[in-house]
Amino acid sequence: MMVKRSRIFGVFGMAWVALTLAAIAYASRLALVVAPTEATMGNVQRIFYYHVPTSMLSLLFPYVNFVASLFYLYWRRREPMRALTADAVAIAAAEVTVVYSSICLLTGMLWGRAAWGIWWTWDARLTSMLLLWLLYVSYLMLRKLSSTGQTQTLAAVLSVFAAIDVPIVYMSIQWWRTQHPAPVFGGGADSGIDPSMMPAFVWNVLGWAMWGIFLLLFRYGLERRRQELEQASALRAIEGSLEITQ
Amino acid sequence: MKTLVKAKNEAGYESQGLKSYFSHVLCHLQKDLRLEWRSRDSVVGMLFFALLVVIIFSLAFDPTAAVSRQIAGGILWVALLFASFTALNQSWTREQRNRVLDAHRMSPAPASALFLGKALANLLFVVLIEVVLAPLFIVFYNLHALGQGWMLAVVMPLGTWALVCNGTFFAALSLRTRNRELLLPLILVPISLPALLGMMQATTAILTGESDPGIWIRLLVAYNIAFTTVCLLLFETVLSAD
Repeated sequence: MMVKRSRIFGVFGMAWVALTLAAIAYASRLALVVAPTEATMGNVQRIFYYHVPTSMLSLLFPYVNFVASLFYLYWRRREPMRALTADAVAIAAAEVTVVYSSICLLTGMLWGRAAWGIWWTWDARLTSMLLLWLLYVSYLMLRKLSSTGQTQTLAAVLSVFAAIDVPIVYMSIQWWRTQHPAPVFGGGADSGIDPSMMPAFVWNVLGWAMWGIFLLLFRYGLERRRQELEQASALRAIEGSLEITQ
Repeated sequence: MKTLVKAKNEAGYESQGLKSYFSHVLCHLQKDLRLEWRSRDSVVGMLFFALLVVIIFSLAFDPTAAVSRQIAGGILWVALLFASFTALNQSWTREQRNRVLDAHRMSPAPASALFLGKALANLLFVVLIEVVLAPLFIVFYNLHALGQGWMLAVVMPLGTWALVCNGTFFAALSLRTRNRELLLPLILVPISLPALLGMMQATTAILTGESDPGIWIRLLVAYNIAFTTVCLLLFETVLSAD
């Protein structure tokens, strides 16, 4: 039965990857060829179709990590096996967060160099994103350095701290001057993009969201296998120690 | 230890109220202060370390009076931050001797009282460092606050509590990890960055008198309320993490 289930997952996963790659390819064509050239920035603006979707997604995955961590803390004593699945989701989401926020920062730096003439500035949005990146790197550092058996709990606790920190970071850094443009969507009367740019943007959000979900699930599966291996070897060690005492 | 047991007996059966909780906190605070009084390791270590940082910075920047007003707020907090790392790690290592921490874990006393007592003790140690360091700072950097100097008396305890509360929590969290001494700054600094921003901006605003520190003080208050609550709620989870 296990084999059957994993085969279904395998077929589904292959289909998902194929769809994702197709979506990304179509989105890239729309972004790089079809979408009109922007009036003031020219072709440089096309990085927008990568920068904004990844930044939106890198603000989304921390929520997955936070919710999974809360579930882990709730299930930790009540249902330990279920808690482990929540923990696998949490670590997968944290790693995807780091990947996406790194891409967001790097594309932002490239765009900043072209549009502002500087790679980096200590502006509100840039600093907030950098702090988000730092928080999740420190989360991964904690996971790496803590000893087995308590890693999950400590990491879940840190995730709760990070979740509370993010709004405070956002608020505190708002009180600095702002160089980054206001949010393109929902940022007031002047916001929004030309309708002809919309398909490229929407397809890129979709494509990169699907890619993020694929990474998340792949890493989740990997972590589950690692957990099963760890449990099996722990069981063997217990059995081995029982034989010696007999 | 005897007072601890006594407090527990008094508290355990009759009243589970606020009074018994604070008697536990007071007990832990007394214990930590007594331990420190007998060894004086943390305070002396922190003080010397902070002094060294202050001297290194004054070598690096060669401060005149106008420049030093701009940078002193930042330097002061960097010195205190680094110095408190040394003490925070020690404050839990003490509890590991003779497996005292395991005894704490088994005790029916509220775990957060242990945390609060220790955090308050650490607050007192760091405030003591600040009191000793302040005159040295004024001498080395030719300081003279152009803003309202009395507001430092508000900013310093608020900022210190922001550092020490989370610091004590994360020191306990990294207690049983490999490379404990390395891990504490790696997780404490990213979480504390908004608080560090707040205390540095507020101190600079007071020293230069150019802007109003009010908004940063409000930030520190909000930060302290939020994180003290989370620390108290989650400490039990961290103490019995395995």
